[in-house]
Amino acid sequence: MQLTFYVASSIAIVATVMVISRHNIIHALLYLVVSFMAIAVVFYIIGAPFMAALEMIIYAGAIVVLIIFVIMMLNLRAEEVEQERQWLSRGILIGPAILSIILLGELLYILTTGEISGSNYQTVDPKAVGMSLYGPYVIGVELSGILLMSGIVGAYHLGRQKKKIVHRFLEQVEE
Amino acid sequence: MNKVPIEAGLILAGILFMLGLISVLIRRNIIFMLISVEIMLNAAGLAFIVAGARWAQADGQVMFIFILTMAAAEVSVGLALILQIYHQLKTLDSDAANKMHG
Repeated sequence: MQLTFYVASSIAIVATVMVISRHNIIHALLYLVVSFMAIAVVFYIIGAPFMAALEMIIYAGAIVVLIIFVIMMLNLRAEEVEQERQWLSRGILIGPAILSIILLGELLYILTTGEISGSNYQTVDPKAVGMSLYGPYVIGVELSGILLMSGIVGAYHLGRQKKKIVHRFLEQVEE
Repeated sequence: MNKVPIEAGLILAGILFMLGLISVLIRRNIIFMLISVEIMLNAAGLAFIVAGARWAQADGQVMFIFILTMAAAEVSVGLALILQIYHQLKTLDSDAANKMHG
């Protein structure tokens, strides 16, 4: 079980590095799906199989597909990929990488020398998750519903395109 | 699933979060920034589930469900905004959106 955890986590890390270094956005999204699948395997190993399925369905299955649809709607041409290659130069990587690696070093130091006791993962039943959601966390569920509804309404309004009608001398904006 | 150290799960979450953070900082394309924020959210969710599995409590998974919900709503609204930006500015350069009101 240990080997599977380390293999899955290394696949997740490698796939994420590939995501952040691609020029073509569709390639980056495909590597992102691989990364999410590896993390779902890690969830399963840790003892949260329901969360593994939920991650695959919602993250890799809905969110990434939504991003792919929008990219296809934008109709990007080959020069955009070339533009991305120009934007992502080696030089701009140094500053954020140094700062982030220092932060990560701090985090690793805290994690490895701290007093985290215990070395076993226990499986948490989906039934316990459901009882928790409908028990103490029912307010969170209601708020998530409100959030999703406002997200839908907001996305509808923001995504509307107004057609511009050029009427000889005047430009009218008609909805 | 009993011999994997707890630190390994949290270290994985930290490394993924750091990679997403670097990607947000170095990218100019708006959609790549959105993807990087998704990577960071996923890493945070992984940390929650690791913590929930360590103490055998359902709270970690409950928190991950909320994070998932919020990420989905954020992606839909963010993509609608990206569509508007592309419609107005005809480019995906985030540096092009540097003027207010035209």
